[in-house]
Amino acid sequence: MSTDAIAMPSTAIAPRPIVATLHEWVTTVDHKRLGILYIIYALAFLLIAGVEAMIIRIQLIRPHNNFVSPQEFNRLFTMHGTTMIFFVIMPFMFGFANYLIPLMIGARDMAFPRLNAFSFWMTAFGGLLLYFSVVGANGLYGAGNAPDVGWFAYAPLTSQTFSVGHSTDFWILALLISGFGSIGTAINIIATVLCMRCPGMTLATMPLFAWLNLIMADLVILAVSPLTAAQIMLLIDRYLGGHFFDTQAGGSAVIWMHFFWVFGHPEVYILVLPAFAFASEIIPVFSRKPIFGYSVMVGATIAIGFISMSVWAHHMFTVGMSSAANNFFVISTMAIAVPTGIKIFNWLATMWGGKIEFKTPMLFCIAFLFQFLIAGLTGIMQGAAPFDWHLGNSYFVVAHFHYVIVGGILFCLFGAFYYWFPKMSGKMYSETLGKLHFWIFIIGFHLTFDFMHIPGLLGMPRRIYTYEPGRGWDTWNFIVTIGVFFQAAGILVFLGNLIWSYFRGKAAGSDPWDAWTLEWSTNSPPPAYNFASIPVVKSRRPLWDLKHPNDPDWNYE
Amino acid sequence: MRSRSPTKWRTWMTQLVVVICGVGAAFAETAPPFSPTNIFAPASTPAKSIFGLSLFVLAVTGAIFLVVFALLLYSVVKFRKRRNDDGREPPQVYGSNQVELAWTIVPILIVIALFMATARVIAVVQKTAPPGNAITVTAIGHQFWWEYRYLDLGVVTANELHVPVSDSVHPTPTFIKLLSADTDHSFWVPRLGGKTDLIPNHPNSMWIDPQETGVYLGQCAQYCGTQHAKMLLRVYVQSRDEFDRWIRQQRRPAVVDDTVSEGQRIFETTACINCHAVSGTVANGRFGPDLTHLMSRDTIGAGAVPNTSENLRRWIRNPNTIKPGSLMPAMELTEKELDAVTAYLETLR
Repeated sequence: MSTDAIAMPSTAIAPRPIVATLHEWVTTVDHKRLGILYIIYALAFLLIAGVEAMIIRIQLIRPHNNFVSPQEFNRLFTMHGTTMIFFVIMPFMFGFANYLIPLMIGARDMAFPRLNAFSFWMTAFGGLLLYFSVVGANGLYGAGNAPDVGWFAYAPLTSQTFSVGHSTDFWILALLISGFGSIGTAINIIATVLCMRCPGMTLATMPLFAWLNLIMADLVILAVSPLTAAQIMLLIDRYLGGHFFDTQAGGSAVIWMHFFWVFGHPEVYILVLPAFAFASEIIPVFSRKPIFGYSVMVGATIAIGFISMSVWAHHMFTVGMSSAANNFFVISTMAIAVPTGIKIFNWLATMWGGKIEFKTPMLFCIAFLFQFLIAGLTGIMQGAAPFDWHLGNSYFVVAHFHYVIVGGILFCLFGAFYYWFPKMSGKMYSETLGKLHFWIFIIGFHLTFDFMHIPGLLGMPRRIYTYEPGRGWDTWNFIVTIGVFFQAAGILVFLGNLIWSYFRGKAAGSDPWDAWTLEWSTNSPPPAYNFASIPVVKSRRPLWDLKHPNDPDWNYE
Repeated sequence: MRSRSPTKWRTWMTQLVVVICGVGAAFAETAPPFSPTNIFAPASTPAKSIFGLSLFVLAVTGAIFLVVFALLLYSVVKFRKRRNDDGREPPQVYGSNQVELAWTIVPILIVIALFMATARVIAVVQKTAPPGNAITVTAIGHQFWWEYRYLDLGVVTANELHVPVSDSVHPTPTFIKLLSADTDHSFWVPRLGGKTDLIPNHPNSMWIDPQETGVYLGQCAQYCGTQHAKMLLRVYVQSRDEFDRWIRQQRRPAVVDDTVSEGQRIFETTACINCHAVSGTVANGRFGPDLTHLMSRDTIGAGAVPNTSENLRRWIRNPNTIKPGSLMPAMELTEKELDAVTAYLETLR
């Protein structure tokens, strides 16, 4: 294979003391190491927030259960939500973006390596600060209070009147700090994609992965900034006598909701666009076809970016907006289904007429297509404002957004783990364990989140630590809790696979999937400088051109 | 063999449709016994309009699901890599503008149809003005209970809302003004209507016109603090006569009963009256529920437990044993004082 010509053998490093290795990792500005730090950090928090979810579900397995107190329950769902959004999915996505973007666009590092390290450590300290509240915060119930105001922390529950002590302050500061990290990473991704592409790679020929992450980074800047502003305003309310959200002094609780959701809804797309990016790389390779409708995919992504900034108040259909405002947010919410639908159709068309190989990454992506379809359709149901007057804040909406975040985003992430694990570690994962993980996890997922829709339709609101018998909710809640144990088992198999394969896996080689983007042209794992010589590309699939010199892509694009 | 497979396919599809309809029917038909809070068992105009819209939306999204799912299933089965694959790459297809246009325009048309249906129901529910004979109630959300004030009728009560039935002959809708005394709450009785939030400094309103008598259940649907879970809603829909009788009874001042004067003395000389009111006595607190007609209510603690003398005594001794995090403190009364206060409260009919 001619790819060996442009890759250099990795320089063997003699065994060195662990302190030196640690020091190297802590002070690193290498995009690949920072990517892996992000991913390992997110894995640790995935376990913590997963255990929180299990405790929540055990408490709800039957009515009037006493596994945890209401105070503990309220902290658990606040921490579960905050952790999963800010300290699991976001770092996962930043990790993969960091690791892969320079490799995919033929660059040697991100545009600002030091900013990159700074951003990671800000995010890391944010997460640690959030969890320090578990031992360090004083609150209404004495010392050791995790925040308990819910992950969207509606005013005035966060005011000093209702949230005594410092648990809410830990929440505010944790998000404020990690928000700076997110904005730093976003600036870095934008600069890297716009300025660091290798010769020959135009905006129209760069991988969709880079496009989707570029739009994601734009959204981070647009969405995280208002959240940061709101957190500062809340701090001013709590300590400097401000009255932005202090309703007892004439402040507005509704303004907080607007601030939060003008962040919160684009945030969904910040999380899902990188997941789309994984699918847009994995589906073509395992279908053995180029992505169908590249330019339309780019257009749909940009459309999603714009529309996602104008749908936020569909989280607020029940707060008593005028019918004109309700109508506006109905039409904008439903409009976003059009570009999202286009994406699903293009992925299907990519598979159409291909030769689909059911390797673990592809299995996760196919399940993603199926589940994201359902999640989108339940989203349309809630976009119909009057229907949402029932569904909003019920278990239906909890099922819906877990369908998006677990069924859509996490499934894509697992796909990405298996797809790029050989590149990052140099070792092949175990296909048997990968498939076992897939099947156990998908059973658990559907047991939990399919049946979770039903109690919502039967009137069960979210965030209740217990419920009354005789409402028709008991059986469904029981099934939902059982599913959680399957998911936990799936996660253990996944981690087992990663660890076992890292130490015992077969060498993967530079291009195990016979893929087409530049990261597969260098060694696995790539050397610190990525490419011995900067590649020059002529089409969207440089490795296809290399492998099929008689039938290169640039004849057709 | 080939000719048989379509028939088999059709049988299979028919069975699928039967199953789906069966599940749907189970939700719609057997609704009230199935769940007293089923959103698909509407009993009031706003809930019925929403129900109609939800069926339309479910039908459209269901159809989309079947089409796209069928396409996905077909491509996964049909285009899987075969065992006897020749190892050659499949034809490389880069896109098609016609196809892209088709799957852009069709969804746009679907979105327009869904939007029009939705806008109609928004207008029905949000733009209805109260008729002259409407009952008006102010509902005030508190951590963690509901206060109801019938300003025109001079009645104040808590947790159990009484409204007259509204039949086609005598439509008497109830318009509810929604306020909050502290944090955000949300009023949600699924069979009567969608939820509307109670937000401090942000008055909201909603309306219901229940068409069958009975007790309708619901609960607070916006996280409001520790005991959000036990902030339950009970709406008693009564015939007009019963409702008028209830109003007359609620307007009377508290009964004075000399046999419980010891309990009344303890009640009026402890912290009880800082929060609770009993009309016609010195007790005029506003922070907790009005107790003037406590015994006319079926439950205590915002629906947490039935209103029995045993539960009442337990509640006064320490509300945390029933509703941990409730804002009423344990009153630290002796057993004798507890008996006396419970006996006094039990005379407040």
